[in-house]
Amino acid sequence: MPDTITPVRTVESPYVVLDAQNVDTDQIIPARFLKVTDRAGLGDALFADWRYDESGSPRPDFVLNRPEARGAEILVAGHNFGCGSSREHAPWALRGYGFRAVVSTRFADIFHSNALKNGLLPVTIPADVHERLMSWPANGVRPTLKIDVASQTLTLPDGTEVRFPIESFAKHCLLEGVDELGYLLNAGGEIAAYEEVHP
Amino acid sequence: MTSESPRAPRTLFEKVWDDHIVRPATESTPAVLYIDLHLVHEVTSPQAFTVLRERGLRVRRPDRTVATMDHSTPTTPRDQHGRIAIGDALAAAQLAQLERNCRDFGIELHELGAEQQGIVHVIGPELGLTRPGMTIVCGDSHTSTHGAFGALAFGIGTSEVGHVLATQCLLQRRPKTMEVRVEGALRPGVTAKDIILAVIAKIGIGGGTGHVMEYTGPAIRALGMEERMTVCNMSIEGGARAGMIAPDDVTFEYVAGRPRAPRGAAWDAALERWRGLPTDEGASYDRSVTISASELAPMITYGTNPGMGMRIDAPVPRPDSLSDGSERAALEKALRYMDINPGERLLGRRVDVVFVGSCTNSRISDLRLAAGVLRGRKVAPGVRMLVVPGSQQVKRQAEAEGLHTVFREAGAEWREAGCSMCIAMNGDSLAPGQYAVSTSNRNFEGRQGKGSRTFLASPLTAAASAVRGAIADARELTNA
Repeated sequence: MPDTITPVRTVESPYVVLDAQNVDTDQIIPARFLKVTDRAGLGDALFADWRYDESGSPRPDFVLNRPEARGAEILVAGHNFGCGSSREHAPWALRGYGFRAVVSTRFADIFHSNALKNGLLPVTIPADVHERLMSWPANGVRPTLKIDVASQTLTLPDGTEVRFPIESFAKHCLLEGVDELGYLLNAGGEIAAYEEVHP
Repeated sequence: MTSESPRAPRTLFEKVWDDHIVRPATESTPAVLYIDLHLVHEVTSPQAFTVLRERGLRVRRPDRTVATMDHSTPTTPRDQHGRIAIGDALAAAQLAQLERNCRDFGIELHELGAEQQGIVHVIGPELGLTRPGMTIVCGDSHTSTHGAFGALAFGIGTSEVGHVLATQCLLQRRPKTMEVRVEGALRPGVTAKDIILAVIAKIGIGGGTGHVMEYTGPAIRALGMEERMTVCNMSIEGGARAGMIAPDDVTFEYVAGRPRAPRGAAWDAALERWRGLPTDEGASYDRSVTISASELAPMITYGTNPGMGMRIDAPVPRPDSLSDGSERAALEKALRYMDINPGERLLGRRVDVVFVGSCTNSRISDLRLAAGVLRGRKVAPGVRMLVVPGSQQVKRQAEAEGLHTVFREAGAEWREAGCSMCIAMNGDSLAPGQYAVSTSNRNFEGRQGKGSRTFLASPLTAAASAVRGAIADARELTNA
């Protein structure tokens, strides 16, 4: 991996609604898919137990298996997304599937941190806006959202703009494609000085 | 920080945090935080080592890095040559990869079946690697366990595993603090597991998000070290990345004499430092909650997240009693998955499997509790009970005390050390639709195998339920 990563500045896409609260990382990717040593191909395991039946066939009623989900890069999920384990396989699976952003009212800390390191935007919005998004009238067109990292705004299908929080350094890394490991390696002198005093 | 000037009173968390700042945070950059101990296992580390190789980096402090095999390892008994067979080719490859990574990068590894192998959060404390005032991380959310020693310990993702391997540091914004005060004293038959299940039921699974918890109060002080680990272990189930308990004589006594604990003059110096760690009088937390230990009863979960817990004798909540629409929908969905009726009482409900183990409850004191209930009794017909010690050392200790005989005579399986049925990626799992009473930490849908249904509870409740073949209150069996 190079010292820079692909910048993430905007995401504009139709969205899919996953109407479930507290989606935990065991649902995002069940543990039996974690016996891997790389991060490729995990998109197929995304939401595996909700997405496929016992025989491995797609369940037609699950949202990702419906035609309107095709090509959507934004997932709008219920409250408190990503709780549970620290597995970075969760954002890898979401990215592998093709999602570039998840919108919820709250994200679990470790998932939030992992998502940002993989160019997956965790977008936290107020409950009332969230409620509108969860039940946006379709009218035959796929409602589209626009996420702009620089201005920290989420633009709703009707053009309303909603601001969302993002930690300043994470924002910088996303916009400039800065890689955190490179940043830390540059602190090598200070780390050595700390180690001198704290053997 | 040894400044002589008077300073504002600080919490335990603030002291440990301040002591590990390599570069302070600014408005535009997080702090660079030094990590004293990095624990590694097979599942969340391979991709981090790949990054190191790709970038030509070394592990900065192999001497501060310790690896073990636990998640994808089988717990089936050894063959006649003392070997543990790995039947799953993917798991075998993942374990071989960890071995190769540790060899190439000079990291201490406790490989499958080795003398000190076990669940990462069991062996850290056991070896004396976990000590007060440290910063400890691992690619595992239950790293919060180590906070029981007054360490700042939290789970990280694989990218961050790479950061720590390469730099021994992490970029971190300072979290908020939350005091969880547990007043009073536990009644007989009520355990540390019941405390933490009650805390999570009270604050909810997102209640601690963004916070480091500190557990305080007389009921916490009265707990032994292993019980404190049980409490801190499940901090993450309340949304807090870390949970801490101020070190005291109970802590020091536990650490003293362990293989990696300091000795002689180094011990004396450490002790003096550690005695300064507890939260200062007058220090404040961003939030506080209080529960009363004396009002607690054995707890059990009824739903599909650890916050869906209640007293074991209570009726299952009714969705129509909830005013919040999304909470109502979540409860309805959970009860449908569990196939449980609103208002139902769980006592007496049939179970298929009982699991005693996991980084929450697989230490010797947990096994003693379970054995105490099982001694002279039998696991009910048709029920499968697995007892999985947290480490090889716990296993040896249990066998020295004859606990394995108690389990076996009762009809339970006595297994090798590992995560086992807590994560069900190692051959130990429930069949679809089966119910388990489990001493582990997560009752998410499918956590113990696809379609599995989990009731989280203490080792006492688990053992009593195994005997009855149904959810049972251990106090009725043991007249506690």
